[in-house]
Amino acid sequence: MKSKFADTLKNYGIILAFVIICVALAILSPVFLTKNNIINVIRQTSIYGIMAVGMTFVILTGGIDLSAGSVLALAGAICAGLLKGGSSIFVAIIAALGIGVACGLINGLFITKAKIPPFVVTLGMTNIARGLTLIYTKGYPISGFSPEFREIGGGYILGIPVPIILFLVIVLIAYVVLSQTKLGRYTYAIGGNEETVKLSGVNSAKYKTLVYIISGLSCAISALILTARLNSAEPIAGTGYETDVIAAVCIGGASMNGGRGSVWGSLLGALLIGVLNNGMNLLGVSPYFQQVVKGLIIICAVWLDKMKTVKE
Amino acid sequence: MQTVLAMKGITKSFPGVKALKSVDFDLCQGEVHALVGENGAGKSTLMKILSGLYRADEGEIWIKGKKMTDTGIKTMLDAGVSVIYQELNLVQYLSVAENIFIGREPLLPGGFIDWKKMNSAVETLLAPFNIKINPRARVHTLGPAYQQVVEIAKALSLNSDILVMDEPTAALTGNEVDKLFEIIRELKQKGVSIIYISHRLEELAKVADRVTILRDGEKIITKPLAEFTIPEVISHMVGRTLTEQYPRADYTAGEEVLRVEGLSKKGYCRDVSFAARKGEILGFTGLVGAGRTEIMQTIYGYMKKDSGRIFIDGKEVKIRSPRDAVKRGIGLIPEERKNHGLILELNVFDNATITILDKENSGGFLKKKNLQSLVNTMVETMGIKTPSTTQLVRYLSGGNQQKVVLSKWFLRHCKVYIFDEPTRGIDVGAKAEIYKLMQKLAKEGAAVIMVSSELPEIMNVSDRIEVVFDGKIVKEFRRDEASSETVMEYALGLHEEAESSMAAQGA
Repeated sequence: MKSKFADTLKNYGIILAFVIICVALAILSPVFLTKNNIINVIRQTSIYGIMAVGMTFVILTGGIDLSAGSVLALAGAICAGLLKGGSSIFVAIIAALGIGVACGLINGLFITKAKIPPFVVTLGMTNIARGLTLIYTKGYPISGFSPEFREIGGGYILGIPVPIILFLVIVLIAYVVLSQTKLGRYTYAIGGNEETVKLSGVNSAKYKTLVYIISGLSCAISALILTARLNSAEPIAGTGYETDVIAAVCIGGASMNGGRGSVWGSLLGALLIGVLNNGMNLLGVSPYFQQVVKGLIIICAVWLDKMKTVKE
Repeated sequence: MQTVLAMKGITKSFPGVKALKSVDFDLCQGEVHALVGENGAGKSTLMKILSGLYRADEGEIWIKGKKMTDTGIKTMLDAGVSVIYQELNLVQYLSVAENIFIGREPLLPGGFIDWKKMNSAVETLLAPFNIKINPRARVHTLGPAYQQVVEIAKALSLNSDILVMDEPTAALTGNEVDKLFEIIRELKQKGVSIIYISHRLEELAKVADRVTILRDGEKIITKPLAEFTIPEVISHMVGRTLTEQYPRADYTAGEEVLRVEGLSKKGYCRDVSFAARKGEILGFTGLVGAGRTEIMQTIYGYMKKDSGRIFIDGKEVKIRSPRDAVKRGIGLIPEERKNHGLILELNVFDNATITILDKENSGGFLKKKNLQSLVNTMVETMGIKTPSTTQLVRYLSGGNQQKVVLSKWFLRHCKVYIFDEPTRGIDVGAKAEIYKLMQKLAKEGAAVIMVSSELPEIMNVSDRIEVVFDGKIVKEFRRDEASSETVMEYALGLHEEAESSMAAQGA
């Protein structure tokens, strides 16, 4: 009986934590459960939730992408600059996605070809992408876009905000890719034991590079949403986002050593952080204190995960 | 003789399996007590309970007449129990002395390490064994035999008098094994009691005083070794009489599948040439460190070759990576099952299918039904004991893990299978099954290459034998012209000058 309870807790720990936090907030704040607030939370979550999906791929291979926030800023700035320069929305979007892919590709190539640890490569990319953003924007925001473009951040389809739809579609695609395709299974396998994967005749370098491209691409998509929603590309956009993104994936149960985790876990992790951010704002918790709480939650989530693996 | 250790009624369950069923085990002072049994028989679990890594569900442990109330790792270590695991637990980039005294370094005032004292203490520890090891040498520069000695020295420095050795000879060559046995005799003299776990039954005769046989988590029998014959031990282990330890099959070699010419890799192999034919098992033997594994890894593209040509079906092929090798129809069953053969965090299905995902997909989407039925067939025909194909391979026994590795290559239908130490750490029953599978592959038209350190295995299973010494093939034998003694002479390099040119000519 006891072990059954422990099993349940192990598998549904995040759900339980999520429910407890939601119930607590519903009691403490009358606003929390209103439709507007709920939609607001999910819309906020979409931006780093999408990045967390990309990050899930990277972390599943045992890697990390610290450059997520900066790549978002660069992609957003390029997109904004092109729009202001008179390019079509289509061209601007493609360019932004291209920037995401390019950053991911560069990360991936340095990691697989030059064999530099992901931590170092993506740390370098953080500075490069941020620097390029500042050069390109000269340090000023690029603001004011057409209503059509702003639809990406603020529009609705069938009454559901576009960012939420994008988020859910991306989660679904990621789920299918991870569970049903070669790329997905290799992603898990590389995180489990890359040498075995190589010796099994798989081009592991190619698939490892691909996961960084996926991460870069997901940052670019988030960049589009953020830029459209704010009607502005800020040179310092996305600063520190990687913390929330990596936290979401960790809380979602992914192992930082790779091989274990799921996109559903990351989705929940992202929602949990979103609810927490929202709840603390509603309750008037100081932003300084919020940082402390989030930090503690990241450590506790991984600690819980550790305890359950040690028990096994 | 005085009993130093008594384990009584030890029972341990894991989810879904009863690993140990009320097992009794005792050890006398200065005794070498061999613990044998097939993989999954419960030897490792019993030893993990003794070392405090696992806690028994039921049962008592008595050490030197005292019942242990706590059986944690630290308590057991303090009580004098040290385990030397098959996979050694040394910090590769620290020195010998640092490894031995890790966590207990002698200090100078101010917290600085007293290197002089530490290094001379190591020299004192190693002195009785008549082995020269520099205490300052980094462990990764030592061979497996020396690393084992470091582990033993570490145990002695902890004043351990109950030593568990898990497959201590698995990575050792013949002369190193003799050296180890000398050390064991030395230890016995000092009153150290040893639990000796091994699959190499021939060795037990040389070291063991008593033998305990486990099967399916139960103790079958404990008797002095002198009252056993090897066939008896085997029949107790498997619960049936094995008529033949090494099955033989008639062989007719067909055409050449793989030819290697002048393969060289600086520091590992020199001018290696040979051919493997359809329908035969080609054995590669030699001392550990002779370069057999490296030759195979170079052919396979895992290590980059300096020069040499590789032909498949008579056509020269370029192999720059394992992927190229697999595309050309070569499969490698690696020596290090856990590090190179399996992904422990993934399940049986994922492990068995990793080699064929590139074939069994349409547009990147996996043909799951096909894959599942292929895996099911493998589980059935190979007799893999697993509750389901979604079981993590981590939880399978060594023999079953090896069968999963074999499955992934059988599913790929290779032309050449390279087995590197295919039966290492695997029990007698599973060994025989693996030999049969190799023969089946050969019969079905594949070329099978088997690298092995076990001479009897090489002598009995191979159709032809290549002997490697110092990175070169020094001799090729047909099975009927080889004897253990001559093969060993070549492996030791006694005929090196005279024969080296012959090997280059191949068969």
